[in-house]
Amino acid sequence: MSPKQNSIKTFFKALPKNIFSGFVVSLIALPLCLGLAMASEAPPIAGVITAVVGGLLVSFLGGSYVTITGPGNGLVGVLLIAITALGLQSAYAAIICSGVLLMILGFLRLGKLADFFPSSAIQGMLAAIGLIILGKQFHIMLGNKITRESSIEYLIEIPSTIISTFSHSETGLIYAALAGVISLAIMVFYPKLRNKYLQLLPAPMWIVILSVGFSYYYELVLQQPNPIAPEYMLSGIPNVQEIVSQIPTPDFSLISGLSFWSSVLALTLISSIESLLSIKAVDKLDPEKRRSNVNKDLKALGFSTIGSGFLGGLNVVTVIARSSVNVNNGGSNRSSNFFHAFFLVLFILLFSSQLARIPLPALMAILVFTGYKLASPDMVRHIFSIGREQLIIFFVTLFFTLKIGLITGIVLGVISTFIIHLIINKSFALFGRNVLKPNVLMFKEGRSQNNYYVSVKHFCSFLNYYRLKDKLDAISEDQDVIVDFSLCQFVDHTVMENLNNYRELFKKRGGHFDVIGLDMHDAESSHPFALRRILPIPNLLSNFTKRQSSIEELSKEYELTYEADKNKNVDFLNGFLFFRTKQVNHVFNRLSDLDEKTSIFDVEFSEGEFIAKEVVRTTMMHIALDDVIPQFTLDREGLLERFYSFAGFKDIPIIDHPDFSNRFYLLGDDELAIRNFFRTELVHFFESNPYYHVESNGSSLLLFGRERLASLKEIKALLDFGNRLKDVAQNIVKKGVD
Amino acid sequence: MTENKFNTIGIGVTFSPNLQANIFEASRFALFFESKLVLIHVGDYSEEKEKKFKVLLSPFIEKQLDYEIVFQSGPPVDTILSVCKSKKIDLLILGALQRESFVRYYVGSIARKITRRAKCSVLLLINPSVNRIPRQYIVTSGLDEPETPHVIETAFYVGRQLQSERLTIVEEISKQDININVDDTKALRKTTIAKERMRLREASRVKKIIDGIDSELKKNILVNSQPIFGKRGYSIGHYAQVVRADLLVMAAPKKLSFWDRLFPHDIEHILTELPTDVLIVQ
Repeated sequence: MSPKQNSIKTFFKALPKNIFSGFVVSLIALPLCLGLAMASEAPPIAGVITAVVGGLLVSFLGGSYVTITGPGNGLVGVLLIAITALGLQSAYAAIICSGVLLMILGFLRLGKLADFFPSSAIQGMLAAIGLIILGKQFHIMLGNKITRESSIEYLIEIPSTIISTFSHSETGLIYAALAGVISLAIMVFYPKLRNKYLQLLPAPMWIVILSVGFSYYYELVLQQPNPIAPEYMLSGIPNVQEIVSQIPTPDFSLISGLSFWSSVLALTLISSIESLLSIKAVDKLDPEKRRSNVNKDLKALGFSTIGSGFLGGLNVVTVIARSSVNVNNGGSNRSSNFFHAFFLVLFILLFSSQLARIPLPALMAILVFTGYKLASPDMVRHIFSIGREQLIIFFVTLFFTLKIGLITGIVLGVISTFIIHLIINKSFALFGRNVLKPNVLMFKEGRSQNNYYVSVKHFCSFLNYYRLKDKLDAISEDQDVIVDFSLCQFVDHTVMENLNNYRELFKKRGGHFDVIGLDMHDAESSHPFALRRILPIPNLLSNFTKRQSSIEELSKEYELTYEADKNKNVDFLNGFLFFRTKQVNHVFNRLSDLDEKTSIFDVEFSEGEFIAKEVVRTTMMHIALDDVIPQFTLDREGLLERFYSFAGFKDIPIIDHPDFSNRFYLLGDDELAIRNFFRTELVHFFESNPYYHVESNGSSLLLFGRERLASLKEIKALLDFGNRLKDVAQNIVKKGVD
Repeated sequence: MTENKFNTIGIGVTFSPNLQANIFEASRFALFFESKLVLIHVGDYSEEKEKKFKVLLSPFIEKQLDYEIVFQSGPPVDTILSVCKSKKIDLLILGALQRESFVRYYVGSIARKITRRAKCSVLLLINPSVNRIPRQYIVTSGLDEPETPHVIETAFYVGRQLQSERLTIVEEISKQDININVDDTKALRKTTIAKERMRLREASRVKKIIDGIDSELKKNILVNSQPIFGKRGYSIGHYAQVVRADLLVMAAPKKLSFWDRLFPHDIEHILTELPTDVLIVQ
């Protein structure tokens, strides 16, 4: 963990960078705010008010570091419905109420609420929101303002709008459509142009500058009126005095109505989900690896939403795109959010009249592009690659969000996920009996290695993921963590995806995050995030788990051959004392060198011959030696008796090395040969390395750390230890011959 | 020498496929603990039945097993409990049932009622076996409760009598103990420090308990302590399962209220899902 730094000094040192990144963010934010507000049928300036209030308040009260707040994409759909259903004044009241609810969520520490939604359902919902935005704005972008009842109708009419574009007779409309198409082209091709002068300004700002320049060109150079039809120009941008005098009064008269509260609920739900998802995503980008306090952020967002609602703004949420721009431009603390708001105020003060020169289709092109990004075919393909069942969840949520509404959509998404889990497992009991059980155990393993071991029982899905998350969040990201699912019958996609996020986070911050015990689970598809469940007869390895693909990579790095399949040929293990009372079932995930002398593998054995007491899986290393060495078994003092209590062996002391004898238990038949073999160099080798259980059957060595599967890091350590041990042992034998 | 903790061991017997295994296990325990074995059969006396029991007991009778067979009819739970009382049974052995899949065990409704109401210690066996399975690894709870020293001492005693080799004392640290919510980096740092402090405190507390135990009991057994983070009462079972312990020694449940049944915790969780053999110490 990093030591505490002098906060004031670092703050001022980082200030110039934060001012700059705040400025860049404000360049994107301005067109986005205007567009998002208009897409929600609110006055365009409402978006700017939202960003200003959010930026000023959250930068002081928030609990995250590099996030930017303002009007959000996801909320457009809900706000649109709220404003059309309630009217603008009552919608402001609903916004204020949802702000209150958000604050309550924050105070009740319900930031973890977002964990209860399956990720495919959330993606389906976001895609639906994307389609709502895209469907509505597409027509305006092409100069064809229409009003329809539902968002699906807007989508259906897209082809006819495209056709009618070519039959525009009015030049004003043609120019409007042209502005839209060109702006869309700028949005699409901008990321592909790697020109450093072009990249100085973000794409939305280019659109603003070009369209304002175009309008000035006509006015000043050609001395003609702007050719774009006036009803397709941005209107209603008030100057500052007007903003202050026109502050709307929220109308609370509908507060007893059902539709009012369903709007409030939808606003709260979506703004909290959008904010929480964004915070989570932005935390991954933070170069200083800080962890955001989501509950504090929720309180701040709720508070600023209340403020924004009273001043005629919309819901304040944390937004991902603008936040990532902030990080990319060197934003390092909340002051950049403040300055983004500050520059927005400046723009409105100085340029409010120029903003009226922006054509609507150009703004809407920006929104169409964002909508497309939320619902792009790539995402569908990605979800399909995870598994067919995820696609069902995705489309159920998507369809019902579009058809009925956001809350119905997400609720049905959750229900369909659960039903699919039931069908896949063919068991309600697995969930019904275990959902309330605290199924996650965490402890620090061992004295020598300080890794956290987390074991999960029964099942792990979106229903009880928060328990696992609770435990994982309590671990600093520079530690080593091993999550073991061997006792877990079913792991769903939401958990797999979140674990992958943890893995990346730990990797970035110097820790290790390994998931073990999934190799015996079956998955529907080959995607690493696919849900997995344990099968009675494991249909082994229709695909690789993350651990297996990492082992495969390791094999390439170390020039070993990797064989993931079960191998029943386990005779080479039978000579070892350790397996004397154990039944070896098979080995799998086998890594071996070219001449098959050294190998590391996972072995499955059952303990006790009479009753299959428990099936155990352990990672071991086997080294075949060229020469004969004495048979012996070496382990940490005190642990060995457990295995060999009845074998009648004694601890063999090595006379010159009392410390070694104290620390290790050394067993074997031929005491003299063993004493001869344990020369000083071997003793020193064992004393200076981590503990492993080491066994010799005369011609080969067997090594392992713990009686469980090893994480990737542990495999590497074992491999290194084994290879060095082999060298030391063979040196001794050679010297003996000389 | 410490006193014998279990002078009389009781076991309820019915003519089930498990009968032989149950009687063998109980007899072995009686021999290990040098105690008297009481077979409790809920039902009427018949010579035939008694003969059957005696045949099964015969290998142990040869080894000087002190035993008694009690026949008494009535509702099973009450009958067994009343015999426990009248015969002054210190340890009652109950067999667990297996769930459909072969690695899950749970306590049936009768055994569960007995466990809740019994005034004596109860040993729940997940897998009674005719042959002896050595119980080498014992896990016990080191919770900060008044009965803990007694539980730990019993665990040591059982460990010695069963010739176990390893004993782990588990300190369960629950979220409430730390009392900091991990929200951000700062809180995380605080929690880590608090946890470390907690761990040291727990370790020294457990060490004090161990120090107070007769050194005779501590011979030949490897002792260590392990702090775990999880839900009290439940996670210790999970831990026992993960480390593949042979016996879990726990304190008896305190008086259960209606709410405890509704929201099961502590021992109730363990009963629905036995990780291993469980000894509940009264």
